[in-house]
Amino acid sequence: MKIPASEVLLLLALIIPVVGSFFIFLCRKFPNVREGITLITGIALFANVSLIASRVFTGERPEFVLAEPFSGFTLSLAVEPLGMLFALLASFLWIITSIYAIGYMRGHGEDNQTRFYIFFACSIASVMGVAFAGDLLTLFVFYEILTLMTYPLVTHSGTAEARRSGRVYLGILISTSMVFFLLAVVWTALEVGTLAFSIGGIYPEGTEPWVLGLLLALFVFGIGKAAIMPFHRWLPAAMVAPTPVSALLHAVAVVKAGVFSILKICIYIFGASSLHNLAVAEWLSLLAGFTIIAASIVAMGKDNLKARLAYSTISQLSYVTLGALLGNSAAWTGASMHMVAHAFGKITLFFCAGAILVAHHKKNVSELDGLGRVMPFTMGAFFIGSLSIAGLPPTAGMWSKWYLVLGTVDAGELILLNVLLLSTLLNVYYLVSIPIRGFFKPLRTPVSGIKEAPLPCLIAIGVTTTITVGLFIYPEHLFQAVSGLVTTW
Amino acid sequence: MDILSHYNYWVAIFLMMTGFYVVIASGNLVKKLIGLNVFQASVFILYISAGVVDKGVPPILKEGASILYSNPLPHVLILTAIVVGVGTTALGLALAIRIKEAYGSVEEDDIHAQEED
Amino acid sequence: MATIEQLAIFQITIPLIVAPLVFLLKNGNRAWFLTLVTSVAMMWVASQLLVHVLSVGEFVTQIGGWAAPWGIEYRVDTVNAFVLLIVSGMSSIVLMFARQSVNQEIESNKRSLFYTSWLLCLTGLLGVTITGDAFNVFVFLEISSLSSYVLIAMGRDRRALTSSFQYLVMGTIGATFILIGIGFLFIVTGTLNMADISERLSDTSQTRTVRTAFAFIIVGIGLKLAMFPLHLWLPNAYAYAPSVASAFLAATATKVALYMLLRFIYTVFGFEFSFDLPLSETLVILSSAAILVGSVVAIFQDNLKRLLAYSSVAQIGYMLLGVSLATQAGLSAALLHVFNHAVIKGGLFLVLGCFVFRFGTASLKLLSGKGTQMPWTFAAFIAGGLSLIGVPLTTGFVSKWQLVTAALDIGWWPVALVVLAGSILAIVYVWRAVEVLYFRPVSDDSQIVKEAPLELLLPTWLLIGANIYFGINTELSIGVADVAAHWLMTGTR
Repeated sequence: MKIPASEVLLLLALIIPVVGSFFIFLCRKFPNVREGITLITGIALFANVSLIASRVFTGERPEFVLAEPFSGFTLSLAVEPLGMLFALLASFLWIITSIYAIGYMRGHGEDNQTRFYIFFACSIASVMGVAFAGDLLTLFVFYEILTLMTYPLVTHSGTAEARRSGRVYLGILISTSMVFFLLAVVWTALEVGTLAFSIGGIYPEGTEPWVLGLLLALFVFGIGKAAIMPFHRWLPAAMVAPTPVSALLHAVAVVKAGVFSILKICIYIFGASSLHNLAVAEWLSLLAGFTIIAASIVAMGKDNLKARLAYSTISQLSYVTLGALLGNSAAWTGASMHMVAHAFGKITLFFCAGAILVAHHKKNVSELDGLGRVMPFTMGAFFIGSLSIAGLPPTAGMWSKWYLVLGTVDAGELILLNVLLLSTLLNVYYLVSIPIRGFFKPLRTPVSGIKEAPLPCLIAIGVTTTITVGLFIYPEHLFQAVSGLVTTW
Repeated sequence: MDILSHYNYWVAIFLMMTGFYVVIASGNLVKKLIGLNVFQASVFILYISAGVVDKGVPPILKEGASILYSNPLPHVLILTAIVVGVGTTALGLALAIRIKEAYGSVEEDDIHAQEED
Repeated sequence: MATIEQLAIFQITIPLIVAPLVFLLKNGNRAWFLTLVTSVAMMWVASQLLVHVLSVGEFVTQIGGWAAPWGIEYRVDTVNAFVLLIVSGMSSIVLMFARQSVNQEIESNKRSLFYTSWLLCLTGLLGVTITGDAFNVFVFLEISSLSSYVLIAMGRDRRALTSSFQYLVMGTIGATFILIGIGFLFIVTGTLNMADISERLSDTSQTRTVRTAFAFIIVGIGLKLAMFPLHLWLPNAYAYAPSVASAFLAATATKVALYMLLRFIYTVFGFEFSFDLPLSETLVILSSAAILVGSVVAIFQDNLKRLLAYSSVAQIGYMLLGVSLATQAGLSAALLHVFNHAVIKGGLFLVLGCFVFRFGTASLKLLSGKGTQMPWTFAAFIAGGLSLIGVPLTTGFVSKWQLVTAALDIGWWPVALVVLAGSILAIVYVWRAVEVLYFRPVSDDSQIVKEAPLELLLPTWLLIGANIYFGINTELSIGVADVAAHWLMTGTR
């Protein structure tokens, strides 16, 4: 069989999930077939993305122009290492999440499962679009489509509360992107005459600093998915969604699409030298630092487990934003690695939260005392996951945090250095304490024997936990993938 | 050229302003239509008088006629415009009848009052 | 290609002849079918004309073989062929939608009258567009206006009558102003043929009479165009007319008025004469005000049709803004928006037609929370709304993009700010409608309805789909608008 050209593979990355969702719709009457198709689609997508990756990491840079609405401005797909990494991450975790979702959705007896799988697949297609966007316009378009596609997932249960949350979700994400992000995109297009990502930035020498500063602020605030304060409220609101959605979309795909966009804009639209000269970049990174601490403090007060995880995510996302804004290679390395490390750590935590919900119908942290004895596997995994979020060994989170810390030192930002260290302490306090309570406090209501979540859930948890530890022991591949990037910066 | 040499324009302007005033000031829909008619008539007069040639005769072809005749084109045009005007008036009156049936009045104030509640 | 050039006459004669036949049919469905066939045929003719002028440039057809300045001539170039296609195309698509909607909203004995008026209105609009004779413009304008008063008055609400009356008064004043203007031009030049007037004016340009004529014509067209602040008739007329009539008029009538404006400014009076007067300054102020005021007022409307009508006032502002730039790029943006806005507003009014078909109202208060019951219609509303805002991949974005780049080309950055503000206000009013339709609790005793029938959804989605198609593939729309703008500016291809 002739292996198709990379351009075709790129297009396939968008088409496969959409076609998959079509077949899911056709097989809506047969749950087993339907879930089988979801898995097959996931595997096909991952295989496809891996094939692209194998070429991209050897230096190929495929591109594909979808349309050219205006002369000089295109809708195009193009791959660079960072997007590649993001696409790999999302497509791989989609498989795992699908396995988990099968156990969860059935165990939890959710309605409208077909709709759930269809929009899930469409969301992944949009994520692929974000990852492979070859220019700002395309990035913006897929960013918006992603918001619209995830909306039915957020409001899945259809209750009044879900609708209210869905309103906050759409309201914040759409309004920030339409008002700030789109303005910045159009302004950039008018100022520069191109929107294509290119190494070292696209703004010509001598662009007024106030223009650059304003644009950077518009980008950072406009990309609401990165959840920098004060535009973070949508993320806790989105937690009404079924847990697999929270796990994949609101710990990985959607929020990472946000920070990925910021990182990509910082690297390929602004470039290191512009960022260094901007006072605004420093202010914004301080705001990111503030978000890190403030979100952690809010998280401490949350008794609902998913709400606590959501605020933890807000805090962690700002790690990446901060790294992106610092604009030196250590910080960018750290930010890119943190995208991956946090993804595995946080998805593990969400999987565990869902497992606890399915097996014992418990939503609140205060109810988890002693649960470690009933769900040792889940609680063990939770422990590993929270260590990774805190950035402690033996987990992947340590490396990314290490590089971020180096980045702050390189940039001479002592305040931010302290923020990162303080954040570790806070994380230990509000996350690591949960499994410790689970193992060492007595059970509130006695349950005899071990009662874990359905098997598919456990498999998913096992995989993500293993990788979280594995990336600590063997970080070379990840580091190489990222540093392959760094040399080109 | 003294002011009165173009007295036809003054007539047109006077009629136009009269008609316009009635359209705006009158609250009665039928009176509004009458105002509209006066307004249109002023324009017809403007056209027709513009076609007149001094000492010209009506442009009717007959044996041994004088060569000097008025420009017939504006007159023909105004014939069309009059037809349009008649159509407009007819439609306006038809609407007024329907409004009378629906609201029981053709006074703007009454109609507004009914819409308020 | 003499045959195609002779087709031009059919644009007028066929709908004019078919109109009384439709009236004789009595049966609403048959009348509808004949109207639809006629309209589609006109669309086909218009497309042939457009293709033809794109390849050979302007051509002239003399009516009855009377040579021009004496006889009336139809003059087809890229600009009006483009508008002809928009008008007949929108008419056809809206007619596809019309049968069920009309059957529901209009009494059976008036349906064939409705379609007769429709065809007469189409005749008038096409006539204004195609003719090369200034007085003929007035006659066709009145044909289209009189029939549109009838269309509007057929609305179910009794306020349709008063709205129609109000429109009649203002429309007649506007038409009479145009007549006065044409009269002055005739007095000065002694001819009514537009090309002839233009030629003769170039000798005597700057007299007070010509300037007066110019002012009368611009104000008269401004009334027809609903140029701010002469827009007062429009919101009521669109709000209370039958759903399909709103869609048809919103998509075509104001577009033809804008075409008329361009024709007089560029062809009859000429670019230099027109813009020596403070036209540009006036238009930029009025259109900016239209955008801002129209959008703000739209936010506070309870009736969705009124909301869209005020949004139309704002959108007409965008077109005039393009004209006010007095550059080819600006003109092209205006022409492009003529097309794009026809597609956007036509689509959105059809969406409302679907809502009215099922719920019998377009009032937001009564529709609260009902969007969920008609998911496809509601999705179409969102897609159309996004285009109204100007989100990338929609026609709305393409228009605004072209407009802003044209404005920045000549350094008019405040114009860009106005466009931006307009977009933000559009987010507010579209979001408000979505919010009420979808997120508010269901208001009354919860009448449960089905999705609109396919016969209504198909044309609706055709237009909404066109919104997205022409938002991505702009080759055709921008291409033709560019050629047309070039033609108007220079008179050459």
